[in-house]
Amino acid sequence: MRHVISILIENEAGALSRVVGLFSQRGYNIESLTVAPTEDRTLSRCTILTLGDKEEAEQITKQLHKLVDVLRVSDLYGEGGGFERELVLMKMPTPNRNIRDEIRSICEIFHARIIDVTQDTYTIEYAGSSDEVDNFIKTLNEVTDILETVRSGVLGILKGTHYMKK
Amino acid sequence: MVMLNGAQIVVRTLEDLGVTQMFGYPGATVIDIYDELYNSKQIVHHLARHEQGAVHMADGFARATGKVGCAIVTSGPGATNTVTAIATAYGDSIPLVVITGQVATSLIGSDAFQEVDTVGITRPVVKHSFLCKKPEDIQVNIQKAFYIASTGRKGPVVVDIPKNCQNPQVLVEYKENLDIKMRSYNPTVFGHKGQVRRAVKLISEAKKPVLIYGGGVVQGEAAPELLKLAHHFKLPVTSTLMGLSGFPGTDPQNLGMVGMHGTYEANEAMHNSDLVVAIAVRFDDRVTNNAKKFCPNAKLIHVDVDPASISKCVHADLPIVGDCKAVLKQLNEAVEEANLEPNPQIDAWWDEINTYRAKNSLAYQKSQDKIMPQQVIEAVYKATQGQAIVTTDVGQHQMFTAQFYKFDTPRQFITSGGLGTMGFGFPAACGAKVAFPDRDVICFTGDGSFQMNMQELSTCKQYHIPVKIFILDNHTLGMVRQWQSLFYHQRYSQTDLTFNPDFEKLADAFGHKALKVSDPAKLDEVVQQALSMKDDLVIVDVLVDTDAKVFPMQKVGGSMADMILKEEDA
Repeated sequence: MRHVISILIENEAGALSRVVGLFSQRGYNIESLTVAPTEDRTLSRCTILTLGDKEEAEQITKQLHKLVDVLRVSDLYGEGGGFERELVLMKMPTPNRNIRDEIRSICEIFHARIIDVTQDTYTIEYAGSSDEVDNFIKTLNEVTDILETVRSGVLGILKGTHYMKK
Repeated sequence: MVMLNGAQIVVRTLEDLGVTQMFGYPGATVIDIYDELYNSKQIVHHLARHEQGAVHMADGFARATGKVGCAIVTSGPGATNTVTAIATAYGDSIPLVVITGQVATSLIGSDAFQEVDTVGITRPVVKHSFLCKKPEDIQVNIQKAFYIASTGRKGPVVVDIPKNCQNPQVLVEYKENLDIKMRSYNPTVFGHKGQVRRAVKLISEAKKPVLIYGGGVVQGEAAPELLKLAHHFKLPVTSTLMGLSGFPGTDPQNLGMVGMHGTYEANEAMHNSDLVVAIAVRFDDRVTNNAKKFCPNAKLIHVDVDPASISKCVHADLPIVGDCKAVLKQLNEAVEEANLEPNPQIDAWWDEINTYRAKNSLAYQKSQDKIMPQQVIEAVYKATQGQAIVTTDVGQHQMFTAQFYKFDTPRQFITSGGLGTMGFGFPAACGAKVAFPDRDVICFTGDGSFQMNMQELSTCKQYHIPVKIFILDNHTLGMVRQWQSLFYHQRYSQTDLTFNPDFEKLADAFGHKALKVSDPAKLDEVVQQALSMKDDLVIVDVLVDTDAKVFPMQKVGGSMADMILKEEDA
């Protein structure tokens, strides 16, 4: 089962290594990890996508909570669900008009943006759920071989009025 | 405003935190701190002969007193040498602050002389760690370190201080009455009231309850509250290795130790119970045996300060997160409020338990010409009237001590349970003796374990630390040999220790006393003689039967009740 774990953590040197270390030392896997400071620069928000059963996810959240630098932990699916988004940046070759047209129409359908154009390439930006991102990449890959793909990893936020308190 | 340099701040902060004893080893990156320690009238520093020994001493001091143990070492190898000892404290949740020197901040990352990433290397085995980036960080980090080490689930904290932060020329403000706040660290103290009420109701209704407790009761000073609850409900009580001394060993309700080498009655009672009341235990595999077969008919009430320990290995039906002393108090109050009495069927349960006890599972065969290791523990127990502080190393002698020395008062028993560190016992005994110079401090060790940290004999000479070391000398690595004998067709691969040093000469070389005994008839006399030499460190080399084995023993992969009681059944 997929678990999207959100962590509010002190924005200090070494704090992230404790989070990552916990996963490796206890044998949990990290599918994706994102981290950046929040509007309060002393705090960072971290989102980790991991796979495991219910007990494992519970143990991971408890162990994360034990870390002295960690303020809040929540499992998106343990708390009534949330939204997930991933950002992907891609570079596509544009050797001929046919391919350019096809890429542009796919981007239109997906509401993706072409953010940079050269003689030989398009650079494309797209955001969506992980499934949507997978699908977008797959569709473009059918047009021609992708030069480069950069995914941000999953970001998550709780649904409705629920939010992670500081 | 008090202006001090970084090194002065280290010492001043430690003094204000009440530190009186430290253990350590100097070097280039802590030389400024040592220069300040030279001035301290409050802190007595003990120079160990190896950094591992220093930290084990601080650990032994902490276990014996309940205070935070404090050690200081230099960067690089000084820091890496402490790793095993830090992990030992972590394994048993012992409050410890280890100050490590670090190369100057300008050199960090340059592979400088005696540089290692101390915070990185120790990260998996500390509760928390700090790297001071500037002199202003030192006071607040040390104060936080002591607070974190000694609250919630206790544990070791490392404070890494680069050399330039200790610079005698750079003065910063020392803040008296500095209040430390950590928004991200607030350990739970009190248990959930509803859960507490439900718990006492379950206990009063249980027909076959068992109370199992662990090291948290000792570290959390919860022994009186535990005793009250156990006595009120006439609960059979068993302890993990780390819990020993938390409930009187001579109490009639005590079933002895549980688990791998626990008593028959303790393991059978657990397995056949209908309610397990678990206080500050973490259900390690040496306790549960196969966790899937754990107590099949029992509900589990689990009290622990660490939420991550609950439902980690076995599922808790009624979890209570909180400090065990506070929660036990709440439980006792809830019992009084609701006027609860034990289930009358508890007497029938005790009848059943007494049939388990009748097996006399710790019985062993004595011999005319060989000393059995169990006898040594019994002899010392008798001679010290059960009052000594006892430390052990790891192996057969450790299990025999747990089985045969009945500890009646908390903090009397000091052992490395979680990590199982050979070489722990002797330096830990030094730390305990430094804390309690007037008490008998005994270290039971093996000929294998003792050789892992015997360099500290010099420290004992220098600071006059007259501990008594009983080497249960079987010329082999006994526990491994036991397994080789029972499960590996007597193929004794690399467990032979025939080429031990002459321990009497060794003691002599370090300026200590030694006694040697191999005749069972002389054992009591030699024990008495050793104990009577109050002012001397005495090594007692006791030659014991090489083939003695620790029983009972749980069968690997079985339930708690699957036990081997004697060699023929293995």
